[in-house]
Amino acid sequence: MLSEQLKEMSVVQALDAACPGAILAGNADRGETTLEIAPPQIAAVCRFLKDTQKFVRLSGVTATDWYPMEPRFHVLYHLHSLDANQRLRLKCKLPGDSPIIDSVISVWRAADWYEREVFDLFGVTFNGHPNLKRILMPDDWKGHPLRKDFPVHGHKYDYANE
Amino acid sequence: MSDTAAAPPPAATRTMTLNMGPQHPSTHGVLRVVLELDGETIVNAEPEIGYLHTGIEKECEVKTWQQVVPLTDRVDYLANLSNNLCYVLGVEKLLALEIPPRAQWMRVMLTELTRLNSHLVWLGTHAIDIGAMSVFLYCFREREDLLRIFEMFSGQRMMTSYFRVGGLALDAPRGWQNAVGKFIKEFPSKIDQYENLLTGNPIWLKRTKGVGYMPLEDMLDLGVTGPMIRAAGVPWDIRKSEPYSSYDKFQFKVPTRTESDVFARYQVRIEEMRESVKIIQQAMDGMPEGPFQADAPKIVLPEREKMKTQMEALIYHFKIVTEGFRVPAGEVYQAIEHPRGELAYYIVSDGTSKPYRVHMRTPSFGNLIAMKPMLEGRLIADSIACLGSLDFVLGDVDR
Repeated sequence: MLSEQLKEMSVVQALDAACPGAILAGNADRGETTLEIAPPQIAAVCRFLKDTQKFVRLSGVTATDWYPMEPRFHVLYHLHSLDANQRLRLKCKLPGDSPIIDSVISVWRAADWYEREVFDLFGVTFNGHPNLKRILMPDDWKGHPLRKDFPVHGHKYDYANE
Repeated sequence: MSDTAAAPPPAATRTMTLNMGPQHPSTHGVLRVVLELDGETIVNAEPEIGYLHTGIEKECEVKTWQQVVPLTDRVDYLANLSNNLCYVLGVEKLLALEIPPRAQWMRVMLTELTRLNSHLVWLGTHAIDIGAMSVFLYCFREREDLLRIFEMFSGQRMMTSYFRVGGLALDAPRGWQNAVGKFIKEFPSKIDQYENLLTGNPIWLKRTKGVGYMPLEDMLDLGVTGPMIRAAGVPWDIRKSEPYSSYDKFQFKVPTRTESDVFARYQVRIEEMRESVKIIQQAMDGMPEGPFQADAPKIVLPEREKMKTQMEALIYHFKIVTEGFRVPAGEVYQAIEHPRGELAYYIVSDGTSKPYRVHMRTPSFGNLIAMKPMLEGRLIADSIACLGSLDFVLGDVDR
């Protein structure tokens, strides 16, 4: 539930009016605002925030893996408004068995590489991304290294049966 | 010749594919760009990154909070102290730790020296790519002085790890004022030297003016930051807009241009060097006395003498060294103005003595996205100037 402090923020009020039900939760901690967004609505929310709330910049997209908790993956969008000098974090929680979310590349082209990175390292699929392939790891890599169940020193490589 | 043999397509529709990199001198690291050429015009440019991916973000999750600092050095090996600073500021924000003024001012002074170091390497390599050999030699001459200053402070020329959670690793060495003072007294005349060689040089102007233009809307859409966006006319500098580490107490200008071409980016970075010298001078003149580490015995290692004579200090020392310190659960997104743009660390703590997740939003990764639209439709000879003006470090891109 939203705190009184968040409810007073003009961004939160405008977003709640434009996309009812999109904000699932939110908190303001250490001077940073986080809004939890319903995953199916992320593209609409981003479009609204960019077009009407002047969040012209997408600073980055990343994720965290809360294995073995469910919902396992949190995808995070860090938005920035130059005019208002304000930052906003959007959080979408995705289940471990089917981590799929809409791409926001149609809103900001900056999302291109960040979404590919999250796909590469966490295995989250972004629907509508035109070129969703690995970006940092080799194309034939198995697994997603930043998942918590991926060993830090990697899997043993089977040289004999290469 | 039989009639059934397929005739080759007309020459106008054929394009040539050219591999630039992974080992190419102008990519300054290991970057591969697959260029599709129509004559000398670039039709398509597909960057391939990841050759230097070392899994630093994964590695952070098995280190204690303080042990992550040396890893941050290795992200961007030309701006180590900026990376140190961003990480420690993030952790200090999670801890709500108050840092004494002397440490904050030292951090400002040293990160500005880092900016000079990074810009010098950029200027030298950018110039040598375009064919101006001597500028490279002059830049590395001054960079050597900077590396000696870093060595004086931290014992290391590049992998400094000088900023720690809670302050600095050591107090400033004896005689630091002389070394830094001598350097910044001479440095503005050195910038004049570089400008004498380049700013009015007709070859330099021909190679850079009007080259690599990118409109501001595209830059914002692509998430480009730092000198690149300031050369497109946005006076956005995180040191001004979200001041950290006492930057609000310093007087300096944010240089901007509106041309948004390679030459404008060059001018912005040259002016930034002049502004950095002013900041360093102010930091030296007003350097506060006092402790260089926070008063937080559970986080900062005790003094050696106390550790040997006081039971309590010995216990803290043992706890910090063996298991580290715990950081309250939470998440922060700490952004700073790195020489190349916006550097941000997204740090998540689950309340234990190790970070749950450290994500580095590095400026090189953010800016390199702009390469593809910048190159497409341009001549292949201009690609080198465009790449140089992006000023990326591949370690910073791939992490």
